[in-house]
Amino acid sequence: MSNQKEKKQSLNGLNMAEIGKLLKQISDRIEYLADIKGDPNWGGLNDLREEVNELRDHIFDFKEDELCKKLNHLEDRISFLEDRAAKDLTPWQIVNIVRNPQRFTLQDILDNVYDSYTELGGEGECNVDPAIVVARATIHRRVKGKIYSHQVMVIGHEKGRGEEFRNGGCAKPWGNAKALQYMKVAETEGIPIHFFIFTPGSYPIEDYPGAAQQIARNLYAMSKLKVPMVAFISEGGSGGAEAIGLADIRLMASHGYYSVISPEGAAAIEGKIREGQRVPRELIEHCAEQLKLTAKDNLELGTIDRIVQEPPLGARRDDFSFFRRLRYEMIRATDEVVLMTKSLRAFRSYAIKRQSEEGREPPEEFEVFIPWDISTDLEIERLLELRSKKYREISKGYYHEESQGISGKLKKAKEFASKGYYEIRYGLLRPHKRHVQKVLEEVSGEGQVFLRTVTEPVKAAYDFVFPQPKRPQKILKGEGQERGIFVDEWDFWTSPLANEDRTVTCPNAHKYGCLDLWVPDLYGEFCGVCPTCGHHFPLEYQWYLENLFDKGSVQEFNEHICSKNPLGFKGFDERLERDIKKTGRRSAIITFDAKVRGIKLVVAMLFSNFRNGTVGAAEGEKFIRACEKAKITRRPFLAYIHTTGGIRIHEGTLGVIQMPRCTMAVREYIDSGGLYIVVYDNNSYAGPVASFLGCSPYQFAIRSSRIGFAGPRVIRETTGQEVPPDYHSAKNALKRGHIQGIWDRREFRKNLYNALIQMGGPHLYYR
Amino acid sequence: MKQKKPDNNMELNLNDLLRQYRADPYEYFNVVSPHTGIVTFKVKEGDLVKGPSGKWHQKPGTLLFYLERERNQKPVYATGEGEVCKIDYQFDGKFVEAGQPLISIRHKLSKEEIIDRILTKVLYIFAASQKARYFLAPEIANKIEGLSESSKAIIEVKPGDEIITMSLMKRDTPVIYDGPEGVIYKVYFNSGQMVEENEPLIGVCPPDKLPFVKRVIERIKTEWED
Repeated sequence: MSNQKEKKQSLNGLNMAEIGKLLKQISDRIEYLADIKGDPNWGGLNDLREEVNELRDHIFDFKEDELCKKLNHLEDRISFLEDRAAKDLTPWQIVNIVRNPQRFTLQDILDNVYDSYTELGGEGECNVDPAIVVARATIHRRVKGKIYSHQVMVIGHEKGRGEEFRNGGCAKPWGNAKALQYMKVAETEGIPIHFFIFTPGSYPIEDYPGAAQQIARNLYAMSKLKVPMVAFISEGGSGGAEAIGLADIRLMASHGYYSVISPEGAAAIEGKIREGQRVPRELIEHCAEQLKLTAKDNLELGTIDRIVQEPPLGARRDDFSFFRRLRYEMIRATDEVVLMTKSLRAFRSYAIKRQSEEGREPPEEFEVFIPWDISTDLEIERLLELRSKKYREISKGYYHEESQGISGKLKKAKEFASKGYYEIRYGLLRPHKRHVQKVLEEVSGEGQVFLRTVTEPVKAAYDFVFPQPKRPQKILKGEGQERGIFVDEWDFWTSPLANEDRTVTCPNAHKYGCLDLWVPDLYGEFCGVCPTCGHHFPLEYQWYLENLFDKGSVQEFNEHICSKNPLGFKGFDERLERDIKKTGRRSAIITFDAKVRGIKLVVAMLFSNFRNGTVGAAEGEKFIRACEKAKITRRPFLAYIHTTGGIRIHEGTLGVIQMPRCTMAVREYIDSGGLYIVVYDNNSYAGPVASFLGCSPYQFAIRSSRIGFAGPRVIRETTGQEVPPDYHSAKNALKRGHIQGIWDRREFRKNLYNALIQMGGPHLYYR
Repeated sequence: MKQKKPDNNMELNLNDLLRQYRADPYEYFNVVSPHTGIVTFKVKEGDLVKGPSGKWHQKPGTLLFYLERERNQKPVYATGEGEVCKIDYQFDGKFVEAGQPLISIRHKLSKEEIIDRILTKVLYIFAASQKARYFLAPEIANKIEGLSESSKAIIEVKPGDEIITMSLMKRDTPVIYDGPEGVIYKVYFNSGQMVEENEPLIGVCPPDKLPFVKRVIERIKTEWED
């Protein structure tokens, strides 16, 4: 109120240029309100617009007093409307705020939050990818009148200041690669990284290094990056946001959104809207509400750590008080990350102080100067440990864990005992045994060389006198050699699909002249493979469970973890129930111990029948637990992806957060020496491929499968480009270097065994 | 070089050909059953049908009929644009043998298509032997650029002439013309363009037929109505 009074008083004595400027400001505010509300005449904005236009057109017809009076009146009305608009902002209106061209962008932050900066990896349009801006920046803090400076690496999306070439903040794969490159520079230099997320999503193209692959690489690297990282989210569009979002502290703008999918995308899926048809606005608004994408919702869900308060209708490019707050929050958050690695007590007192400050204006000065370097190994270790713990904890409680009674307790006790056993066996005894073995090998090797020099002349003389006929080398039979084309050790499990007396046509018939296939033959003897062209018809996941692993070796675990509807998405409970009834399973993932020709391994299998293999909190948790089990038992870990449709949109950001969570688990497993193999089948798209699957060093695909980031429709709608029908084919994925090989289904078992032996080495575990 | 040789025995009577096209400016496609099965027609006589569309022809054309054999319902789509002129309705819902003509589609030929057809009958087509970048020999390129539209066709070629340069991986190879003697009537590529294997490079017309061909083409261009 006091501000408005000051404004009114100051209107007297303005010159014409200043009045013109004021009118322009009012006009901008009107348009801003209309944009947010999605209604050009919301609250009678048309009348207001007309009044402003009239005043502007006849500015010289009024006397000064009259003009000031009219201006005051306009100011009052627009302020009243703004207050009213701010009171009942819906999630959809918040999305409109974020997308408004008047909203602040990364360039504004670089100009106003940081004191100086140098852009890296390109400048403006001359850039690897103008949608990603990287800058080496300096940020100052004042402590007791003295100024201290910090060096940081700023990485973020830029969607304004050259909208025509910024691509709306959608980072192309090479843009994310640039971000990763400079993350590593920051790591080398030991400076913290500040991420600013302003993206509606990643640019969904498969060109090298590939949208999904690069996001996976970024996540994999970020999970163990040895510098403090703080992320600030204004527009967090799913995978694109995660590419630079795995940070130690995640802040979010109070009027920002962070979501698994755009409300329009969700509405198109929910409403089953055909391509090219208009999605009803009511449906979009409904989905925006259901997705729980606001800062408040995300804070409640625990996917972000804190909210940075913006002005009531969101911060715009000239909201300098907001930038001051943001600067304070970024410094405080970085301080916290640094202090967390140093001393728990120091951090606690600092955190408590910060809490008491929440809601107040940020102070001009900081009380202490905290250097942002993490130098000792112990500190780095603590930083990584805390990061790992943080992501392990997120989304816990958003899946249903059934009580297992006494059997559950027994299982837990068994797990605990086996953990101890494996720790002793592999953690204590194995390194010692290997060390002794190594010493023995070295000693015997040297001894052999010494002995050979002594015995060689004698042996040569002996061989000369009593020549021995040369014998051909024996071929060792047994493990590693497949006798038939497929499993022949037991009865072959035939798909129920074969129980139909009819024929089907191979989709490549027009190309290769494939003959029609009789279904009992196709799904029986041919294992769902066209004998003419080798096209693989989809088979149910049970076929793999039964035919891929040694008979009776599949031992499922964690069946008691079930998917639920954590966001209360309308209508989702029924669909979940239907899938549970249909499949007899309660999540889209099956985790189990199994054997392949005697080799024990842990397997996670995403399958299509349950919500199209989408990943939510329960699936993520089961995957992580399987990963941890493989780590404890020192067994190879196989992720067989029967199908995955991506992240489950009905779980919102709780689904998205599984990307960094699971990648973190995979990274820790691989770092501990694990062998992680991914095999894609049928369709594998989006989030999982762009994180915990795509980060595997060994990825294979079953023939005729499709792998990618976004489907053809999304690519068409986002980029306006048509993609060829075989764009996502396994063959093209192989060409792009995404996968390492294409396997025939009939040789899956043999290839898997070979991969385990070849990549796992003698111990089936790297180290 | 792969070449299409003109049928020397065929006495070309372009006037007759034109008359034929004028009387019946259509091309007819007969759609036959690819194998045995029960037919269910999905179009009727007089319907306009479309061929495959999309950059990669990924969208199938209009559905013509279903052919069902052993409970496998197979859709059969139109492979080109046109009008359904005849349907053997007697087979609707009946079992047919393989190769049974079922639908007749007529496609109205456009002015360009007729010109193309006449030219392919008259011209000797000199085609690309492999996928590469092709350039016209400088003297020929200069001549073509310097001439007006009406006087273009006076560049004579004879076997053994180096008329084109093929450029592949920065290595230039002269392409020697080995077709019959004649004049270049049409150049099918732009100098420096990447041309696929077997795609036409130039069309050569026998000198004696040249004035007549020009006259006929001119007539089609001015008189023909699409």
